Amino acid sequence: MKHMTRKATRHVNQNEGLIFEKSSAGKAAWKLPPLDVPEVDSTSLLGGVERRDLGNMPEVSEIEIIRHFTRLSTWNYAIDLGMYPLGSCTMKYNPRVNEAVVRVEGIANGHPYQPEKISQGALQIIKTLSQCLIEITGMDAITLQPAAGAHGEMTGLLMVRAYHHSKGRPRKKVLIPDSAHGTNPATAAMVDYAVENLKSDSRGMVDISALAAQMNEDVAALMLTNPNTLGVFEQDIHKIADILHAKGGLLYMDGANMNALVGKVRPGDFGVDLMHLNLHKTFSTPHGGGGPGSGPVAVKKVLAPFLPKPVLVNKADGTLGFEYNRPQSVGRVRAFYGNFGMFVRALAYIQANGPDGLRQTTEDAVLNANYIRKGLEGAYELPYSTPTMHEVVFSDKLQAKKGVRTMDIAKRLIDYGFHPYTTAFPLIVPGAMMIEPTESESIEELDLFVEAMKSIAEEVEENAQTVLDAPHSTRVSRLDETAAARKPVLRWKPVT
Amino acid sequence: MRYLPKSPADREAMLKAMGLRSVDDLFAPIPAEYRLNRDLKIPRQMAESEIVDYFRQRSRENAEGYVSFLGAGAYSHYRPVIIDSLISRGEFLTAYTPYQAEISQGTLQSIFEFQTMICELTGMEVANASMYDGSTAAAEAVMMAVRLTGRRSVIVARSLHPEYREVLATYATHQGMPLSTAGFGENGRVNLADLEKSISAETACVLIQSPNFFGTIEDVAAVADIVHRNGALLVVSIAEAVSLGIVEPPREADIIAMEAQSFGVPLGFGGPYCGVIATREKFVRQMPGRLVGQTVDKHGKRGFVLTLATREQHIRREKATSNICTNQALVALMVNIFMTVYGKVGLRELAKQNLAKAAYAAAQFGKQSTVLFGGAPRFNEFVVRTSEDSYAINNRLLGHKVIGGLPLKKFYPELGNAALWCCTELSTRSSIDTAVGLVAESERSVRSAKQEAEEVAR
Repeated sequence: MKHMTRKATRHVNQNEGLIFEKSSAGKAAWKLPPLDVPEVDSTSLLGGVERRDLGNMPEVSEIEIIRHFTRLSTWNYAIDLGMYPLGSCTMKYNPRVNEAVVRVEGIANGHPYQPEKISQGALQIIKTLSQCLIEITGMDAITLQPAAGAHGEMTGLLMVRAYHHSKGRPRKKVLIPDSAHGTNPATAAMVDYAVENLKSDSRGMVDISALAAQMNEDVAALMLTNPNTLGVFEQDIHKIADILHAKGGLLYMDGANMNALVGKVRPGDFGVDLMHLNLHKTFSTPHGGGGPGSGPVAVKKVLAPFLPKPVLVNKADGTLGFEYNRPQSVGRVRAFYGNFGMFVRALAYIQANGPDGLRQTTEDAVLNANYIRKGLEGAYELPYSTPTMHEVVFSDKLQAKKGVRTMDIAKRLIDYGFHPYTTAFPLIVPGAMMIEPTESESIEELDLFVEAMKSIAEEVEENAQTVLDAPHSTRVSRLDETAAARKPVLRWKPVT
Repeated sequence: MRYLPKSPADREAMLKAMGLRSVDDLFAPIPAEYRLNRDLKIPRQMAESEIVDYFRQRSRENAEGYVSFLGAGAYSHYRPVIIDSLISRGEFLTAYTPYQAEISQGTLQSIFEFQTMICELTGMEVANASMYDGSTAAAEAVMMAVRLTGRRSVIVARSLHPEYREVLATYATHQGMPLSTAGFGENGRVNLADLEKSISAETACVLIQSPNFFGTIEDVAAVADIVHRNGALLVVSIAEAVSLGIVEPPREADIIAMEAQSFGVPLGFGGPYCGVIATREKFVRQMPGRLVGQTVDKHGKRGFVLTLATREQHIRREKATSNICTNQALVALMVNIFMTVYGKVGLRELAKQNLAKAAYAAAQFGKQSTVLFGGAPRFNEFVVRTSEDSYAINNRLLGHKVIGGLPLKKFYPELGNAALWCCTELSTRSSIDTAVGLVAESERSVRSAKQEAEEVAR
C-alpha cells in the first residue's frame, strides 16, 4: 500500500444515471433552419408507412449531454492517463495531429462516389500509405479494404482459397498454433476451412517436427503470429516456410505483433506469402473503446490477382483511379474502400516517424518489454525463458499457491493506477499475465509498474485477501458477470 | 522522435540495468540473414507543420467547396459540434475494448444507451455494440439467419445496395451458400411475384433494403408475409438511418442490419462507418459482435459488462458466431451522441425536412425529365432518367461546382440514363434549383437537336 500514492490517488468523480432517466418532454438540444422548400404532408406522402412515435428516445438539453458524456468519460481508464500494458493489443500513444488532419474539410467530407478526378487527394493518400506498408512488410501488393484485423484475416484466407482453387482445388484445412489469437480459428471457420491445431515446443515456438508431420497437400496455409503471442520470434521461420512451400501450402502471418519488427526485419524477406496489419496497433490509430480498426492485407505477387476489388491503379492519363475489372478477385469484403479515416491517421504517423523514427520506436518497444521482464523475474514465474521481443508473458504459478490468480492480480493493478495486462492468454500458459508496455512509456512509468507488480506479489504473501477483493478504488467493485449472462438485460426500459 | 519519452541516457541506463551492451542484443533472436540493414524507403521524418500541410494539400485535390447530391449509402447530414468535442476526450478516444469493466464504465454505459436507442428506433428487442459497416452487417445477418434456420439458400433483393450485394456474395460464395436475386417492379419495390417464385423450403432468408437503393420504401409487411409463410427469416438492411425518424421501422423483420453513418458520422470517403445488427431476443445467442449488459457489483450497485461472450471468437474460437473482434466503438459513440442530441422530436423533424427537400427536388426534376418509381413512397432519394448520358450531364455540372446524382448505368444498365439523386436537410432550395436548371438545359438541347434532325430528315 505504501507505494500507491506515487501513481494514483482517489479523486471525486460525478455520479450519472442513464440518459433516459434525464429526459423530459419539451427539452431539446437541436434546432433546424427554417425549411426553404414547401412543407409536405408526410401522411399523404408516406401513407401507411409514416412513423408517428419514436418511443423512448430521449429529450435533453445540450449542457446535459455534455455533462453526461464528460462524466461517463471520467469513469474510463485510457492511454492518455497512463500505461496500458495489454499484451497483444499494443496500446501506444495516439498522436493528436492524426486527429487534426483527418478533420480537414476535403478529407472529412469526401463522398466515396464523388468522381475520381475530384478525389485525387484521397486516392493519393491511399497510394502513399499502400507504398509505405508494402515497403515496411517487404511484400508486393496490398489491399486496404478490410475494416479490422479479423476482417483482414478473412480477406487473406479468402485469397488463400482462391489461389489454391486456381491451382485445381481449394484444399481442406488451415494449421493454427495453439498459441494463436481466437480470431484465427474463427476466421478459418468463416472461410470454410477445417482448423488443425499445431502444438508449440518447449521454447514456445512452432514444433518443427510436428509441423513436418502434419503438413500435407490438404493444408491450405499456416496462420502464424510472429513474434508469437509469447512475444517470441519464431527463429525457425525459414524452415517453417520451406516445409509449407514444399507441399504447396502458403504462410499467412498474423501481423498483430508487427510493432516488434518494423524497420528491423520484413516478413516478405523471411518467407511470408501474405499477412494482415492492424493500423490500430502498429500504426497508432486510436482504439476508441473497441474500434474502429483497419486491417490491410499485404501479399506476394503470386497472390495479387486475388486481391479484393476495386484495386487502385495509375490510369493512362496520369491520374489515379480504381480498377473494377478483376476477374480473379475474391470480390468485395466491404462497401466503398475501407476505413479511410484510419488510413489518414496511419500515414500521418508514418510521416511523423520516418525510417529512423519507426526503427527507434520498434527498438524502444522491445527495450521496454525486456526491462519489465528483468524487473519482474523472480517475483513472478516466467514459463518460457526464450528471449522476448515486444511483450513478455509471466504466469500466476507462484501466487496461485495462495489462491490468487492472474485476474486478481490484474484487478489489484487498477488500484495502483495501471490498466491490467492481458489475462489468461495465450492459452498455452495457465494463468497467463501478458505484458506489453509499448514504446510509449518512460523509464519512470516502467519503474512504477515494476514496483506495483512487486508490491502486489508481496501483498499476496502477506495479505492475499486484499488482492482477492480488488479493486478497492473504483466506482464499482467486481461486477457479477454470471448474472449478466444468465438473465441478460441488454437495453434500458422505462419503469412501468 | 517526438513521441518517444526517452533520452539517450535513459536508453543507456536501461541497457546497463539489463546487462546488455547494445539494443541489437535484444534483436539477436532474429536470424541475421533476414535483418534489415538499411533505412526503410518511406518519406523522411516530417515536422507536425509539414504533416498538416501535406494533408491540406491533399484536401484541396479533393472536392472542396462542391454542392453534392450523392447519397447511395453515404449521406451528408449536419454533424452537431459537440460530437467531436466529446469523442476527442482521451478517456473515450484512447481506451481499449472495455474488458476490464471496473475502469471502463463510461464506454460500457454509453454502449448500453446506444443499444437501447437502436432498439427504440428499429423496433427490435436487442441490438449489438456495432459491426464494421452496413454491408458487412448485412452479410453477417444473413450468416446468422443461416445458422438459425439450418437452411442454406439466400435470396437477395436487386434493389439492395449493389456493393452490399457484392459483399454478401463474397461471404456466401466461399461457404457454398446458393444466392439468388429477386427483381424489382415498376414501382421500384421488390417484385413479389418474382419472390414467390424463387422462395422455397431451402430458403434460409430474404434480404431486402428499406428505403431501398432507389430511395423507395419497401412494402415490408407484404414481403414478410411471403417469407414467413415459407418458414424463412426476413433480414432488412437500413442504409439511411435518418429515415427512421419518419418511416415506420421494419417491425416484421427478424433481423435488421443497419448502417448508422447518417447519425453524425463524417462521409470520410467511405469510412469508418457504423454497422449494427438488431434482432429479437430469442435470436440473441446467434448474434455476432459484442453486447453490453446491465448487472450489479458486490455491493448491489448498477454497472455494465460485456456479456454473452460465449458467442465470441476469444472464447469459442472456431465455433464462434463470427470472427469479429475490433468493432466501430468510437463511431458508435458519435452515433449515440447524435441520437441523443436530436432525440424523440428532433429526429422526426430532421427526417421531415429530408422528406420535403427530396419531394421538392423530385417534383422539379419531373418537369423536364422522368422521375422513376413514382408508384411507391420514397424518403430522401429518387431516380431521374434523362435523355442525355448521366456521366455527360454530371461532367457539365462539375463545371458549376455541383456533383450530380450517382449514374446507375454501372449497376442497373436496364434503367438507361438514370441517376440516383439524394437531398438532405443540407440541400438548399437554390442549389436544388441550380441542379434542376442545368439538367433541364441538357434536356432542352437534346430535344432541339432531335427536332433539328427530324427537320433535316423531312
